[in-house]
Amino acid sequence: MRAPGRRARWFEFAIESFIRVMGFSTIAFVLLILFFLLREGAPILFEVPLDNLLGVRWYPTFDLFGTIPLFLGSALVTVTAIAIALPLGVATAVFVREVAPRWAREVLKPLIEILAGIPSVVLGFFGMTLIAPAMRQALGIPTGLTAFTGALLLAYMALPTIISVADDALDAVPKSYRDAALAMGATQWQTIWRVVVPAARSGIVTAVMLGLGRAIGETMAVMMVTGNAARLPLTLDSLVRPVRTMTATVAAEMGEVAQGSPHYHALFGIGIILFLVTLAINLTAAVTIFKKRRRGGLR
Amino acid sequence: MKRQWIQRLGFALLTLAALVVVAPILLVIGSVVVQGVGAISWEFLTTMPRSGMKEGGILPAIAGTLVLTLGTALAAIPVGVGGAIYLAEYARDTWLTRAIRLAIINLAGIPSVVYGLFGLGLFVLFLQLGTSIVAGSLTLAIMTLPVIISAAEEALRAVPVEFRTVSASLGGTRWQGIRHIVLPQALPGIITGVILGLLRAAGETAPIMFTVAAFYLPRVPTALSDETMALPYHLYVISTQVPGMPLSVQYGTALVLLMVILSLNLVATLMRGYFRRRRPW
Amino acid sequence: MAAPEIKIQIQNLTYAYDGKAALRDITLNVAANTVTVFFGPAGGGKTTLLRLINRLNDLLDGTAMQGQILLDGADIYAPGTDVAALRRRVGMVFALPLPLPGTIRDNVLYGPLRAGIRDRGRLDEILLRSLTQAALWDEVEDRLDRPANALSGGQQQRLCIARSLALGPEVLLLDEPTSGLDPISTGKVERSLRDLKEHYTIIIVPHSIQQAARLADDAAFFLMGELIEHGPGNELFTRPRDQRTEDYVTGRFG
Repeated sequence: MRAPGRRARWFEFAIESFIRVMGFSTIAFVLLILFFLLREGAPILFEVPLDNLLGVRWYPTFDLFGTIPLFLGSALVTVTAIAIALPLGVATAVFVREVAPRWAREVLKPLIEILAGIPSVVLGFFGMTLIAPAMRQALGIPTGLTAFTGALLLAYMALPTIISVADDALDAVPKSYRDAALAMGATQWQTIWRVVVPAARSGIVTAVMLGLGRAIGETMAVMMVTGNAARLPLTLDSLVRPVRTMTATVAAEMGEVAQGSPHYHALFGIGIILFLVTLAINLTAAVTIFKKRRRGGLR
Repeated sequence: MKRQWIQRLGFALLTLAALVVVAPILLVIGSVVVQGVGAISWEFLTTMPRSGMKEGGILPAIAGTLVLTLGTALAAIPVGVGGAIYLAEYARDTWLTRAIRLAIINLAGIPSVVYGLFGLGLFVLFLQLGTSIVAGSLTLAIMTLPVIISAAEEALRAVPVEFRTVSASLGGTRWQGIRHIVLPQALPGIITGVILGLLRAAGETAPIMFTVAAFYLPRVPTALSDETMALPYHLYVISTQVPGMPLSVQYGTALVLLMVILSLNLVATLMRGYFRRRRPW
Repeated sequence: MAAPEIKIQIQNLTYAYDGKAALRDITLNVAANTVTVFFGPAGGGKTTLLRLINRLNDLLDGTAMQGQILLDGADIYAPGTDVAALRRRVGMVFALPLPLPGTIRDNVLYGPLRAGIRDRGRLDEILLRSLTQAALWDEVEDRLDRPANALSGGQQQRLCIARSLALGPEVLLLDEPTSGLDPISTGKVERSLRDLKEHYTIIIVPHSIQQAARLADDAAFFLMGELIEHGPGNELFTRPRDQRTEDYVTGRFG
């Protein structure tokens, strides 16, 4: 039987080359992003002394680029968000898996997917127009645009990730663990909290890390509800005061800077910090998942 | 007996947790719908804004979002599907392949505002494309890449290995097998993944803030080098930067954005369910 | 009487994958236009050898091979060999019926279409000839454009045979082709195979000794990767030279 002509073979070679190039493109993009962040951000290290950058005042108009309040602002909002989202997320995952009747499961899963799809600007808008005023009235504070408001929104944005990964982790616990505990006379409740959840511990930690990565990187929602005051959030009442995150800083101020100015470089510098922090978190979480898959015998 | 009580209390708490998670979702959607539906009218959706945005419609923002999404699709689909085909059909288990996978995870985790900075640095400034649809689409495309690659690779891997073996035994080359059997079978899954990725891109604000978005531009975009309005950015600006903007207009804009995103989400979910049932394997 | 033409020569073939030896120093000739049977207990290397003859094992990683396989005197593993063309000359039918997604017509014509044949008339002629040779034409002639997986198991397997025949191969390799089929379908498949050997060289791994005895012109007995003995079928099954062959054929192990 005849074989396809030479032109067909050429075409096939071209397509396969294209596919190969596309395969490597992701590496190229990561390197490209890092390169351009460094290109526009590294100059700040030469324009401003290091103790300025590590200072506690972020007043660009006065050439003060202390990043500590921004970093701590992100940290406060993120940690609070995870503190809210972790118990809620794990509880919901356990609920869906162990307690909920069939029909509840079919309702919950799509709703959580919808939550994952709501754009962050819409959530920020909602937080600004409804939650912040409510909080102001309820707590009697001067403004509802606080770290806690931001943390609340962030928690909900991180929930779909945490629930989904925690759900997978709980699913991976062998049925035999459950059966053994029940056979020994434990109630379902005891089985869940003394056997199943501890067995899913590493998966839940991964879920938290991925949620953390998501929360740190969130921009619009926090920008619209945290009040954007770059103060040091060191006291407990900082939760109910305005604060500034790294992401909000970049988004809010980038429109007003002159290209090439120290302020411009400083914002790119914050971008580098964000890139590296989220890189570290997500890679660690991913490597943990990879290692588990290999050991678990799954391909 | 005490254990039974503890269990009942515990289950009640879990149910409460689930409600606490779910109720606000309904609250958000409900309040946006209720407060925004009043502003929705034919005029709102199809005319240009007037009087500094306080009157008229948001047509340019809707058109801008559509154009940007289209641009993102055109840029991201070939790269994403191509990359997925490479990973699923050609790549061996080498350190290079592992590096590609780590790069994808990395891209997926980068904050949206950092993509905005990158787009500004590379496309707007270095390549001198200016704030334009091109710059915005390319930025969004790179951001969407990991989502598309992951979904497409999963769809390709779901096609049973046996089909490739049969194709080979009948004298088909690797690409012929992909082109005639694997890719058509994986197409529904790939399309679903692409839609989900695109709807994420459509809702993003930070990547387009510095690369393409304009605030008051009462014109539908006509050229790749144009700036354009876009729904997410528009909502952000009218709710934070414009004093005296009627609340109903803000909610109306939020509603339009939400409806676009949620209906695309619905389409993708329905597609996924439909094709899963019709699979020939 | 002319000496039988040798179609395939396997010379000192040793093959391992994942570090385990699957075939050890196999030397064997397959005559043209015969039915040769590779039989023996599971794990003997029969399927592996089959897949080496049409280079289907190229799709695997981590393999090592020594020795040669010659088709009409030419080494099929020579560098620069057109593997797709080889697989058109040496067709394979698998143990489980594996219809491709699509219609019956899509399945049968997949090979010819990939080979570049576009002429409508020729394609129709190929369709008719292959399905007739696989003894399936009568049962499907009025539903060629219906999905292939609507056919019964036996019909699907004959479809797979037709699919391979559509390329006009010289050799047909069959790996337990009737293992999933009921006795009636098995009978139909075996009858078509006996008719086919007029035009093709057939190597088959049977799924039972009885099938081996029914079909074999020549037979080869494999045990744990080694070729224990080979020769005319009626000799191997009634007067084998090696004690191990005798034990297997009489059912003492298997």
